Amino acid sequence: MSESDKQINIDYVAQLARLELSDDDKAKLSGQLNDILQYFEKLNSVDVEGIEPMAHAHKVDNVWREGDEPSAVFSKDVLKAMAPESREDQVVVPKVVE
Amino acid sequence: MKYEVVIGLEIHVQIKTKTKMFTAAPYQYGAEPNTLTDAVVLGLPGTLPVLNYEAIERCAKLGLMLGCEIAEVCKWDRKNYFYPDSPKNYQLTQNEQPLCIGGSVEIELPGSARNIEGEHRWVQLNRIHLEEDPGKLSHTAFDSLVDFNRAGVPLAEIVTEPDLHSSEEAVAFLNALRNLIIFAGISDCDMEKGQMRCDANVSLRLKGSDVLGTRTEMKNLNSISNVKSSIEYEIKRQAKILDAGESVIQETRRWDAAKNSSFSLRSKEEAHDYRYFPDPDLMPVSMDRNRVQALKDALPERPFDRQRRYQEKYSLPYTITSVLCADIELSDFFESALSLYDSPKAIANYIVNDLLRELSAHSEVGDSALSIKDTKMKAELIAELVEVVESGIISKQIAKEVFSEMFVSGESPKVIIEKKDLSQDNDDSAIESLCLEAIANNPKAVAQFKEGNAKAINALKGPIMKATKGKANPAALDALLQKLIQESE
Amino acid sequence: MSDLFYSDISSLNQGLESKAFSAVELMQSVIDRTDAVEAKINAFVDRDAADALKQAQASDERRAKGESLGAFDGIPVGIKDILAVKGQSLRCASKMLDGYRSPYDATCITKLKEAGAVIWGRLNMDEFAMGSSTENSAFGVTANPWNLDYIPGGSSGGSAAAVSAGEAIVTLGTDTGGSIRQPAAFCGVVGMKPTYGLVSRYGLVAFASSLDQVGPLSRNVKDSALLLEAITGHDPLDSTSLNQPKVSYSSALDQPRKKMTLGVPKEFFQQGIDQEIKEAVEKAIDWYRSEGYAIEEISLPHSELCVPVYYIIATAEASSNLARFDGVRYSHRSKDAENILELFSKSRGEGFGEEVKRRIILGTYVLSSGYYDAYYLRAQKVRSLIRQDFEQAFAKVDAIITPTSPTPAFKLGEKNNDPLAMYLNDIYTISVNLAGLPALSLPVGMTQNNLPIGMQIIGKAFGESDILTVAHDFEINHEYKNMRPTI
Repeated sequence: MSESDKQINIDYVAQLARLELSDDDKAKLSGQLNDILQYFEKLNSVDVEGIEPMAHAHKVDNVWREGDEPSAVFSKDVLKAMAPESREDQVVVPKVVE
Repeated sequence: MKYEVVIGLEIHVQIKTKTKMFTAAPYQYGAEPNTLTDAVVLGLPGTLPVLNYEAIERCAKLGLMLGCEIAEVCKWDRKNYFYPDSPKNYQLTQNEQPLCIGGSVEIELPGSARNIEGEHRWVQLNRIHLEEDPGKLSHTAFDSLVDFNRAGVPLAEIVTEPDLHSSEEAVAFLNALRNLIIFAGISDCDMEKGQMRCDANVSLRLKGSDVLGTRTEMKNLNSISNVKSSIEYEIKRQAKILDAGESVIQETRRWDAAKNSSFSLRSKEEAHDYRYFPDPDLMPVSMDRNRVQALKDALPERPFDRQRRYQEKYSLPYTITSVLCADIELSDFFESALSLYDSPKAIANYIVNDLLRELSAHSEVGDSALSIKDTKMKAELIAELVEVVESGIISKQIAKEVFSEMFVSGESPKVIIEKKDLSQDNDDSAIESLCLEAIANNPKAVAQFKEGNAKAINALKGPIMKATKGKANPAALDALLQKLIQESE
Repeated sequence: MSDLFYSDISSLNQGLESKAFSAVELMQSVIDRTDAVEAKINAFVDRDAADALKQAQASDERRAKGESLGAFDGIPVGIKDILAVKGQSLRCASKMLDGYRSPYDATCITKLKEAGAVIWGRLNMDEFAMGSSTENSAFGVTANPWNLDYIPGGSSGGSAAAVSAGEAIVTLGTDTGGSIRQPAAFCGVVGMKPTYGLVSRYGLVAFASSLDQVGPLSRNVKDSALLLEAITGHDPLDSTSLNQPKVSYSSALDQPRKKMTLGVPKEFFQQGIDQEIKEAVEKAIDWYRSEGYAIEEISLPHSELCVPVYYIIATAEASSNLARFDGVRYSHRSKDAENILELFSKSRGEGFGEEVKRRIILGTYVLSSGYYDAYYLRAQKVRSLIRQDFEQAFAKVDAIITPTSPTPAFKLGEKNNDPLAMYLNDIYTISVNLAGLPALSLPVGMTQNNLPIGMQIIGKAFGESDILTVAHDFEINHEYKNMRPTI
């Protein structure tokens, strides 16, 4: 990967993260993040050939719930109380086109 | 057409568990909005998923039913995308290591006529993985409403290879798959209730080419007829583009059933960047081989295997087996009746003709046909009915009346016959006197019969049947009349 | 009775049992103390004295009926604003969650309630636990009780400062990369991050799921041991919670044990370390040697890779964990959103602070198409190497001793504009989270500036008893546990 590939495309990433940033924020963040990414280059100093990636601190297989027995549910008022906007016991959002 | 059509399908099927995939909140179609939620369902801060083993077991069963290999280890990944029906804005799914790998589904292509069996072939699957269903959006003129009841219901996503080549094949595949899933008891696959949903990937290539063409993905196909029409529409649309020497754009399209056309949702450039990564909250599942074997040993018979068995073992015709084996309820009902009275053809005939007729006659207009379990019908009633017909207690004619009666009342044929005094009248002297009376009253018909017009005898039978309320055995009556006419010469 | 707020659990328990004072009196003492110093310290983002007194009253009634629930009955425990308490605000020191109240209890809170503890207030922190100074709180910074111009460390700065200033008997914090240990070191208290999986994460608002753990902060080792044993245990609601036999850490402290072998990783005493800290920790090591502990130099060769590995894994997980704060079901919703895309991006843009945004962007980037293998996957592999370093070290030693932080507490605003410098402050603590091990920070000295110095003791997985014992041995032979800041 070339250096320019590792420059952060802040507009694209902010859009992916659904995060509105001011132009000032973007300029400031780009500089800081590119420094940080530069620092991350340290990782390339080590050979990881054949090393298993570690996703869990202590991996234990087969943790699950058996029995398929229903538990208590929330009253619909719980959601109604916390939702910024609701109608007919549902959460209201701007019209979704897709 | 100079193009070969290449279709791959992705089918989402809701697995019928009592509780959700990662929490013990129950699910039920049609509940009041937002009454089937808990902290996990709503993705509240601090909540964590815990896997429902039942979902794994049922998905593995589905995989085995579809001939998949069950992975030694499957894992959970997060698929990150923002959508208002997605409580965490990531979906727990299996990207890297799905539960079921490969597999194939036997399909029957349309025959040359409805009553002729079509060609069978196997459609290759790529994988089946488990994931969680999002909530449900409904749209008003000015905003959208979100109901999270459905959020977290276990979904099996069945992905085919690009192994289908026409809309008919796609339909045949969906029908076969649906039937397999219902036979296995994994889901009811009611597309109207969203229990089964389909996306279709369609591309065209010049015949003989071994390079796949650019594909488009059709979303939101919520009925089998939508799948058919949208694929046909897309084939025509792409063929027109290619004929004009232009290129198909890789994009996602949405089928609009009302307009009978599709429109572009987003192109590849705008395609999602899902940022998959292994979910740190859930542990991998390593499938116990003994449990997998036990599931395999307990698999139900596949529908086409059952159909072949009916044809071979019971010599039932395709017109009967294709109806019986398209519906597990009918077919199980047939088997129960058969276990009580061994007369496959007669039982199958009553089910496919009389039972289906009564079911549809008693259904509300506009509703789907009644299910047997909604009625008073029982396998032992059909078995007993066939028995009383075959032992000559009632005629087939009377049996029809008895059938209708027992369908409504649930009373046994013997009780109905007794109650209504319908048993076949074998009192020879009474019938003989009725016959002599008929011969005396119909000299013209008798004369015609003697001249060789065999049908003329029917004129004599009518009044006798009327007088016995149909209880006279028609065959015996025929023989008796002929004998008496000859004796009267 | 005036200094009840600075007492330890054992003596408070004796006093409650002997009716020398009531739980209500104890709680009132803590409330009065908090009222007196909070204007200077700002350890709490929310507190409900009436509710706390009600809980204390219930405790007194239980005790009067002879139905005391044990050592914690009536003890005020301060809670970091990242742990869910039913009916209380849960904001993670963020504007994003303004007005949000949790409809359920975190498992550790359930356990504390079952033990009769008084759940006391919401403690300040860096927003969503992202930071090392508590400066990233939307509700103002917390001051270090030892010097009000200095930060208390972070992210559990409120939890550490409250214990240090006598605003709670003990507190719960959370630690993803040092967020309990570093503020404990900066505020001169004991703070412990347990083995990953020992304490349920259910009800802990996730920052980095594979690293986060809940743990105790206290003024002495025994209180941490007591609080830890109150909150441990397998939880079916957390799939990463491990099924371990319950251990009484506090009783282990009083049992005489063989002198253990302590490892000293040479990499942690090289460049970038403050001289006073180096000397204080080396002096502590000398004390252990003089007491008959075997001291072995060890190597943790991949230590310098911990910072990149940590910031890749933690930000990637965070970018996904924090996606649920979108203004739809709960959390801040922008008033200016014209469509659904704007609802998401404006609500999040308005609700999150700068550091959270920085980490979400970084985490989103390292997971994005084309970069996953170079960053996230590679980081996960190096994480395996880091764990292997510890496994090799623990084949030879029982516990590992390091400084907790390369520097003592720094001044407010000192590192605000240099996130990388701030990240490097975590260099000694984050490898422990990456390896999933237990570690605690213990006060072992003071700088000339009168700021506390912390020493970190790292244990094997589930070696909590070992490190608590090692720490306790030092503590009872030194006076640091009785140091109190002048506020």
